[in-house]
Parts: sequence; C-alpha cells; structure tokens
Amino acid sequence: MTKLHDQISRRTVLGGGAALAATLAMPGVLRAQEPKSVKIGILQPVTGNLAQDGELGRTGAEYAIKAVNDAGGIPSLGGATLEMVFGDARSTPEGGTAEVERMQSEGVAGIVGGFASPICLASSQAAARYDLPYVVDVGVSDKIVQRDLSNTFRFGPGFGTCSKTAIENLVKLNEAAGKPARTVVLVHEDGLFGSGLAKLMATELPKYGFEIFETIAHPTPARDMSNVALRIRSLKPDLIIPSSYYGETVLLMRTLYQQRVRPMGYYSVLNGAASNMRFVKEFPEIANLDMDCNHWHDPRKEEAIQLKKAVEDAGGLWAYNIPLNYSCVKLLADAIDRAGSVEPKAINEALAASTFEGHVMPYGPTKFDKGQNTGAAPVSLQVQDETIKVIYPEEFADAKPVFPISG
Amino acid sequence: MSALRPYLPVIGLGVLLALAPLFVTSNVALNFLVFTLIIALAAQGWNLLGGFGGQFSFGHAAFFGVGAYVSAIWQMSLGLDAWTGFVAGTLAGAVTGLTIGFLAFRAGLRGSYFALVTLAFAEVFRVLSNSSEATGGAAGLLLPLRIGAQNLQFADRSTFLAFVVALTILVLLLVQWIRGSRFGAQLVALRENEEAARALGVDVFAVKLKAIGLSGAITAAAGVLYLQYFLFIDSNIVFGTWISVEVLLAAIVGGLGTVLGPVVGALALHGLGELVKHLAGDLPGIDLAVYGAVLVVAVAFLPGGLVGLFRRKPAPRQVRKTAPEGGRV
Amino acid sequence: MYSPDIIIEALLNGLLTGAIYALVALGLTLVYGVLHIINFAHGALLAAAMFAVLLINQLFGVDPYVQIPFLTVIFFAVGYGLQRLIIGPASHGRDENILLVTLGLSIVIENLLLAGFGSDTRSLNTDYSFNVYEVGPYLLSQVRVFGAAGALVTAALLWLFLSRSDTGKAIRAVAREKIGASLQGIDVAHVYAVTFGLGCACLAVAACLLLPTFYVNPKIGSAFVLVAFTIVVLGGMGSIVGAMLGGLIIGVVESMSGLFLGESLGQIGIFVIFILTLLLRPTGLFGAKA
Repeated sequence: MTKLHDQISRRTVLGGGAALAATLAMPGVLRAQEPKSVKIGILQPVTGNLAQDGELGRTGAEYAIKAVNDAGGIPSLGGATLEMVFGDARSTPEGGTAEVERMQSEGVAGIVGGFASPICLASSQAAARYDLPYVVDVGVSDKIVQRDLSNTFRFGPGFGTCSKTAIENLVKLNEAAGKPARTVVLVHEDGLFGSGLAKLMATELPKYGFEIFETIAHPTPARDMSNVALRIRSLKPDLIIPSSYYGETVLLMRTLYQQRVRPMGYYSVLNGAASNMRFVKEFPEIANLDMDCNHWHDPRKEEAIQLKKAVEDAGGLWAYNIPLNYSCVKLLADAIDRAGSVEPKAINEALAASTFEGHVMPYGPTKFDKGQNTGAAPVSLQVQDETIKVIYPEEFADAKPVFPISG
Repeated sequence: MSALRPYLPVIGLGVLLALAPLFVTSNVALNFLVFTLIIALAAQGWNLLGGFGGQFSFGHAAFFGVGAYVSAIWQMSLGLDAWTGFVAGTLAGAVTGLTIGFLAFRAGLRGSYFALVTLAFAEVFRVLSNSSEATGGAAGLLLPLRIGAQNLQFADRSTFLAFVVALTILVLLLVQWIRGSRFGAQLVALRENEEAARALGVDVFAVKLKAIGLSGAITAAAGVLYLQYFLFIDSNIVFGTWISVEVLLAAIVGGLGTVLGPVVGALALHGLGELVKHLAGDLPGIDLAVYGAVLVVAVAFLPGGLVGLFRRKPAPRQVRKTAPEGGRV
Repeated sequence: MYSPDIIIEALLNGLLTGAIYALVALGLTLVYGVLHIINFAHGALLAAAMFAVLLINQLFGVDPYVQIPFLTVIFFAVGYGLQRLIIGPASHGRDENILLVTLGLSIVIENLLLAGFGSDTRSLNTDYSFNVYEVGPYLLSQVRVFGAAGALVTAALLWLFLSRSDTGKAIRAVAREKIGASLQGIDVAHVYAVTFGLGCACLAVAACLLLPTFYVNPKIGSAFVLVAFTIVVLGGMGSIVGAMLGGLIIGVVESMSGLFLGESLGQIGIFVIFILTLLLRPTGLFGAKA
C-alpha cells in the first residue's frame, strides 16, 4: 500500500505536463541518495467546477517542493526532502475532508491548499481533529480564521483586508489623478466571494465620496451578460468594479466592450480574469489598462521573477495561485525546519511564531495573529503592454498607473 | 419465526454495519463510511418514493437542504439544541415533501413531468437560500464547533458512525416493515399500474402523498446528519443537483425498490469512486471518467441492480413508460 | 424605473439569447419526443461540441461558422453511434437504466474533456466578435444575431425533414406508436439512433453559433441544461415549434426578470414559470393532451 502511494505521489510530482516533468527531473536524482523525506499534503480541487484554480495551485506547490529540495531540503532534519502527497478535493467540502483523512493516514506533516472557502472551512476542521497544521492558500472568507483553531493558518489576506486595501488604493489612484471618478457600478457573482466583497464595498465606498449607482449580482455560470451591460451602458458610471470568476468576467468585459461602454476605468477586486494572463493573451485590446486588486507576487523579488519565467517557459500561464501556493509551501517547510520535527504541535507552534520572509509575495515578514498573517495584503494591478504590472502600493510597484483611461 | 423471515437480510446487513464502528479504526475508512451512509440514508428516502412507488424525483436535494438548513437555523438563530433540531429538520422535510407532493400529485404529474417539477423546486430553494439573509446568503452557515453528545457533535468519528449506523438500521427496519404492510403493497401496486390500483380502490393520491412525506423526512434527516458532520452548509452544497443525482444513482445501482438497495448501492458507488481515485494516476478527470464508464458497463450487465444479483428469481418487470404517451414531434 | 429604450433592448437581447437556448433544447425535445428518455448527457455533449469547434479552429484556423456542415455530420454520427452501440444495448429498455447510462456517459465525457483539454476556461476571438448592428438607439451584437438566425434556420430545416422526408415520417411514426411502427416494418432501433444523432447534430450547430460569443470549459454544459429542460417542458415535450417558442419565451422572461429582480434572483423567474407550467398545463403550450 505504501509502495503504491509512493508511486502515485512520485508520479504526481512528476506530472502536470511533460515540460514540467523535465524541469522536475531533479528530485529523482536526489531520491537516489535517499535522505529521509517529509511528506506534506497538497490539497487542491483539480476536478469539478474549480479545476482551473486547483491546477494552478498545484503547479505553485510543485515548484516550491522542488525549490526546497534543490536547496538542500529541511536542514534541521538532516536535509530531509519534501515529498508531495497530492489530494484532489473534487471541488467539494466532503471531497476535501476525505483527502485530509487520507493524507493524515499517510503521515503528512502538514497540509497546504484548499482554494475555495467552503473547502478550506471543512478541510481545516478535519485537520484540526489531529491538530494537523493546515495552511490556507486562498480561501478569503474571514470565518476561516475566526474559529480559534490552533492548526489553521492563512498566509494570504481575507475579505476584510482585501476590500480595505482595494478601497485605499482606489482612493489614492483617484486623488492622484485629480478625483475624476465619482460614480460606481458594482458587478459581482452571487456566491460567497462575490457577494461578500460587494457588500463590503457598498458600505465603504460612499464614505470616500463615491456614489454607488447600482450593485448587480449574477449567477455562476452566467449564460448572458447583455442585460448587465445594458444597465451599465444606461447608468454611465465612471468606474466599474467587477468581482466574478474568470468565465463570467471575460463574458462581461467582452459584452461591455462590444456595447461600446468605455468607463474611466475597470477596477476589479479579487477578480478571476483581470489578473489572469490567459485573458490578457486572448483579448489584449479588452484587457488593456484593466485594474484589479488581487493577490500577486512581489515583482522586486528575484525568486518570484525566476518562478514566473520557469512557469512560462514550461508553457504555463501565470496567475496568483502559483506564487501564493509556492509561498505557502515554503512557509510550511520553514516551520518544519524551525520545529526540527514533524510533530504537529511543534510545527503549529513554529507557524504561530513564524517571521518567515523567504516567500515571493509582497508581504514583508510573516506574523500570525489568531491564524491570520497580519502582513498579508493584496496589491493593485494594471494590464499594461500586454502584461500585468503592480501599480499600488508604491513600494512594490513596477509601473505607474494609467488613469483615467482617455477615449 | 416466519414473521421475522423477511427481516433476515436487513438484520444481517444491520449487524455488519453495527460491527463497523467497533472494528474499523482507520479514520479514512470511518470518514468514508459516515459520508457513504449519509448518502445511503438520503437514497433510502428516494427509494421509498422512486423505487417502491415508481415516482422518480430529480429534486431530492430540496429535502436534504431543508433538513440541513432548518436544523442549522434552529441551532444558530433560535439557539435551540441539536437533538430537537434534528427532529425539526426531519419534520420540515416531511412538510416540504407533503407540500410539493400535494401540488404535483394534485396536478396529476407523473413520470418525467414529476421528475422535472421536483428538480425545479430544488432549484428554487437553492436560489432563494443563496440570496436570503435568514440562510446566511451566499456565505452559508457555519455551525460552531461545540463537541459534546448534547450538541450532536462527537470527538471521534467512530461515535458519529455509530449514530449514523443506528439511524440507518432504524430506517432499514422501517422500510422493510412498510414493504410488508398494506401501505407498501399499495405503493407497489400504483407503481406497476396506477389505473389498475385505482380501480381496485386504492386512494392513489393519499398513498403518493404519504410516500413523499416519509421520503422527504428520511432524506431531510440525512441532510441534518451532513450538517452535524461537516458543520458547514451553503446553498450549492445542500440544495445542489449533485445530491439529487447521488441518491437516485445509489438507489438504482443498488436495486430499485429493494430494501437493501440504497445502502448496497451507495457503498458500491463510493467504494468504486475511491478505487478509481487510487488506480487512475494523476491526470485530473481520468478517475471520474473510469467511474462513469464502469457505471455504464454495470448497467449493461446488471440491469436489475446489485441486489438483483442475489435474488434467486429475478422478478420480471414490465417495461414502463415514464411519461404519458403523446409526445409529438 | 427603466426607460422604454432599455426595456425594448432587453427584450431584443432576450429573444437573441432565447433562440440559442431553443437550439440547445431542440435536440433534447426531439430525443424526448421519440425515445421518451431524458438525455442527461446532453450538456456534456454540448461541451464536447464546443471543444471540437475550438480545437478545429486552433489547429486549422477554420472559422466556427464554416465548421457547421462538417461538425453537424460528425456529431450526427457520434449520436447515432452512442444510441446504437451504448445507450440502446446497455439500458435494456428500462427507464431507470437509460437514466443511469446517460448520467454515466455525461460523467465520462465531461471528465475526458477535463483530462484532454485541461480545466481552463477558453474563448475564441474572431475579427467579427465585436461587430454590432446599430438599429436606432440599439446596439445588437452581430454574432448573436447570426446565432439567432442560425437557430431559426436549423429548426425550420429539422421541421421540414421530419414532416417531408421518409425517415422523418418514420421517426414520427415511432414517436406516436412504437409497436405499430415496428409492425409496419420500421427498424425502431435505427430510428432511435437517427433521432439521437439529430439531437447531437443540433448541439453541433449550437456549439458553432455559441463559441464566437461565449466561452468553453468542461463543465459548461450545466449552464444550459436546466434551462433547456425548462424549454422542453414549456413547449411541450417533443414539439419542435414548442421548443422554438418556449426558448424565445424563456429568453425574454430571463431577460426581464433579470432586469427587474437582478440577474441572480432573476433565475427564479424561469423556475417559477417552469413549475406553474407543469402544475397548470403539464403538456406544455404545444404538447398534445396526455
């Protein structure tokens, strides 16, 4: 049984496309020397509705495992290498729970991932039964870190922080341009993530002098955005703020473009498309100058640039899930190293006391408060010259914002 | 003894299930059994209406979700306890069943028409619960973790399994009893030929109503169990089409209109799901594709369901039309 | 609350969208009317057709509209084969087994697409994707107008085929009275397979018309299946004219309830109509009396 799993997880590490397999050929060499290995669970939804995000998350985790192993594994454990135990959460909470149980039975030292909030909520709770360390990669629902679970750590920012930062950056952006934008339409998907964000934005934005013309919810999947576009066209807002998944955002932006809606700017929050290179590549003229407040790598960090290059050279498309999962795995590896053991309690304590800086996100040193990394924040991005640039905050920016869009 | 004879298979399966919490120690297996039996229980509800009564529903998610939501709101908003919440959720399922049944059967809906109207009800509930404040909207409801028997939350999975097993056995016995009862005979009669049953003096409307009420209650109880086990629900989870599909799959694969069918079917399907997950490697989707293919092949070779394998005489069944004739091209 | 211009344009949008819905529903209603089965693989087959369009476009640069004749033939063959070789033999003529087989097929197709094409949501960008017709104050998307026109033409052709050709007459005979038809020497299994093939061919047309405005991923079928069911019921199961009108009605209802209730809650409009139709007139607007 163990043998079978070893094969599966080896294959999993080596999987994910032939090109990736080539870049990952190294672990095989390392394995030949047979140092001890530490198993870590990578939980992502790679089938079902969330498969697109799950696949990106897995890619990030695989690169991190390779990076850690190439750099000599876990020093305090005699250079033990990380070994991935991959689990497909099948885009459901019960799927995630079942995989957590399997990972626990295979002796993982900790788990990274989950992606969607419902999966993260159920999976981290299942892991909590064993006090098994669980690092949430995305899951933005703030309920995740409000349960006093001693095993659950969210490295990235939650709703509260995301919308707060998004608003701050928007206000700065607008003021720097001489306050041209006053009116806003919010468009959001009607699930947990879109509704939650829209609600926060709708209460916060008016405090900064913005007028919300309308908040439009749409289902996922949406079959048609013509009516949303129609209403926006008649309202003529200065700004459009969409929070939706990839497919719907693309549909919305295409329809708005076709309907000749040309606002001063698109400023989305945690959007599925505006910071996805596929969108930029497939529809360069529509994506041009779109802004998004989202998770993103730190463009000043050499390691982040190298990772992005490696992913793109292997034929992959860059998205925030990759650096975020990459960083989460490295964070866990660092905690295991400082714990000097694979005991859950020791690793949890090490995570709780973490000041980890070796990540590729624009966060500064890690500091957990009740499981939430207080240093985590999203950045504001803009599509410029068919690539995605950071425009705010200034200390991480690699481009100047273009706003308002003239024309 | 002869009165007990029909109960022997149920007792046999019951004993096997009852032993599980005692001997299974792996949490992977425990978790698998708990989730599978929750589905089996929900499928048992479907089977009562669909298997025995011949009224195929595509919307049992409506009952599953009502059970889960009512119990969650009972505990979180009203501050009442989990056990009465369990009862409330189950009763709410019965009421939902009676309401949908009253409307649908009063209108004389059968076959595909009945199936589609149940599907529509489940979708309406899903959309409403996703936007209503009372149900937590899109954020869903997270039941606070309060381990303790009084809260129907158990520290270890084997206790929860014991609870689920006890319920499953109870429902198995109930269904076996119904099967032998007058009500059961009437149900089967209307499945085989509604007009003939009516001619024999069966109050078809009342029998169908009773069946859908019971069916709703059982499936709602499974919904409450889901809530108590995972402690988190949202509209797409408990009112999602996946659960409607899961229950009819389990009941049909196990053997339509048999007492043991739903449990056997759920165990077989979920077992198969785990198996292909381990064998199919890492290309996402291949395992599920194999799962689907096995399903098709199984239907081809086991048209009477799994339980049909163990029957000495496969009962010949007429080919029925699910829909009234008269579809026009 | 809304100006008349907006309401009229939303109405037009609803009609354009509804025509495409109708096309998806056409295959479903045809299969239902003849085989009396609800085909659960319909959505997955639509996704497969859309990926086929995308693949052919990317490999050979063939425009989606140019692909219509070719893809229609391919999908007719696929449908014919599926019914003749898999669904028919595996289901033993039992309703519950047909349900399982089509469910099983949908799982297989969806996940093979996932394995083969990956999980990414993809779109196809053509030079004419963003063209509009300006009609007075209204901007009508060119590709959506093409889509609606294509749907109407397809429905008309199908109707002609069923009412004029020998095969069409055989199909109608089987739909009305299976045993009688087989006694007259009609090969029922063949007719079933032809019907299923036609249903799939409709999906191929729908895929070609949809792709220039829409996106595709392995789960995309689920976006259209429920609404297609609604249309089939509303129009009367098995009725082609009913499906077309049902599609247009649903398109307009969705558009209007989306406008007044919000896109999200607006879906309720569809289901309420669905439930009311079933409860008040279960044979649909154009179905024969049960």
